[in-house]
Amino acid sequence: MQQTREHTLKAFDQDLERLRALISQMGGLAEHAIGEAMRCLVERDLDGAEGVIKDDKKLDALEVETERRAVQLIALRAPMAEDLRDVVAALKISGVVERIGDYAKNIAKRVPLLENAGKIEPLSLLPEMARIATGMVHDVLDAFIERDAEAAYRVCQRDDAVDDFYDSIFRALLTHMMENPQSIGQATHLLFVAKNLERVGDHATNIAEMVYYAATGQHMTDRPGKSPK
Amino acid sequence: MNDAATLVRIETKETPDLPAAPGAILMRNLNFHYGKVHALKDVTMTVPANAVTAIIGPSGCGKSTLLRTINRIYELYPEQQATGEIIIDDRNVLDRRYPLADLRRLVGMVFQKPTPFPSSIRANVAFALSYYERLSKSELNDRVEDALRQAALWDEVKDKLNHSALSLSGGQQQRLCIARAIAVKPEILLLDEATSALDPISTAKIEELIHELSERFTIMIVTHNMQQAARVSRRTAFFHLGELIEFGKTSDIFTNPREQRTKDYITGRFG
Repeated sequence: MQQTREHTLKAFDQDLERLRALISQMGGLAEHAIGEAMRCLVERDLDGAEGVIKDDKKLDALEVETERRAVQLIALRAPMAEDLRDVVAALKISGVVERIGDYAKNIAKRVPLLENAGKIEPLSLLPEMARIATGMVHDVLDAFIERDAEAAYRVCQRDDAVDDFYDSIFRALLTHMMENPQSIGQATHLLFVAKNLERVGDHATNIAEMVYYAATGQHMTDRPGKSPK
Repeated sequence: MNDAATLVRIETKETPDLPAAPGAILMRNLNFHYGKVHALKDVTMTVPANAVTAIIGPSGCGKSTLLRTINRIYELYPEQQATGEIIIDDRNVLDRRYPLADLRRLVGMVFQKPTPFPSSIRANVAFALSYYERLSKSELNDRVEDALRQAALWDEVKDKLNHSALSLSGGQQQRLCIARAIAVKPEILLLDEATSALDPISTAKIEELIHELSERFTIMIVTHNMQQAARVSRRTAFFHLGELIEFGKTSDIFTNPREQRTKDYITGRFG
């Protein structure tokens, strides 16, 4: 699936590479932010959580930079066919990754509010759920860099696991709230964290669909064989 | 006329007989030789009526040859030969029995460099009209005005119809050539790199004109400028080394071409 031939105009290849590198960099930051926010939540690291919130600005700046470069590339290089699909995908993906960063920030913001979260049993499920969701983000961005439509498709299939986690955490938290009404506030915060992670999985799925289209020119729903959803 | 009615047939070597709309061009197993050079190889395609079809491809791919074949300009050169069929309005125009004068009236052509005659603006447009039709002076003037209006040139030249055509700017001269071509009411208009010698404003005017004229004429444009093909055409055909590689909706060709050679060419990876 990877585009092997180089453009006659070498600077065109460099521009596209730069765009990919930016997406890759954004993905790395977003992935790290989610992981770090979850660590701070579990370990009650308030300073660390503050750092996650502050670092989100880097992602915002990279999104702006990606948009600037994509618009410039469209204006100056007039990309066609797969190049055009790639640039449009990069533009959309950067917006989604930025949103994933926002979820990390959102989780980090709840850290100071969750003093007694350690006593709420479903907390122990969240790190694993986060691991799967960020793994999806990692792999789908790799698929973008490699123009690998099938890898993107496989990422989509993993979203069910994240959804299952969410359902079981939801039920467990509800039960916990009924049994311990005094912890409803804390448990609700954890529910939001679980919801954020569930959204990260959804966004990874959305990116996978963009990657699939960019690489093949076809929508994933038209993929030969069964669609993941 | 919509897409379905004008039909669009693509790419396959087998072209079943189809009732074509007036002005549609059906090419079947078209081959062209410049002496020993095989310039068009078994081209089979249907160019829909009342729409713009762009022909793109690298130099020497046969795109200009294709246009030259449609109005048989090549007959001036004995070593050049076309075989196969080009059917317009149910008749094979490659048949030697098809009168050349009739074909030239049916098919107008405009070239890269404007080619006005060294005479007045009016005479340029009236020339072919007088050849094909017996018209009174006032009828002739009406037809000249009509052609110049259709070519979006009337307002710029109406007060100087007796001035030399050579006094016009390049863009105006090119529109004059289009006026001259459409004055005799052809069905088909062939434009071979018609804007490549023009500045962007003149190019935009011609492109707008092409768009307007496509309601009344079958238009084929040959262009090296892929953005232009993307801007003005409804369908695009990609040629390479004399072969028709891919022919489809312009929006598909430029976002999602099927053939590797088309991809390489339009993304700038060719060669």
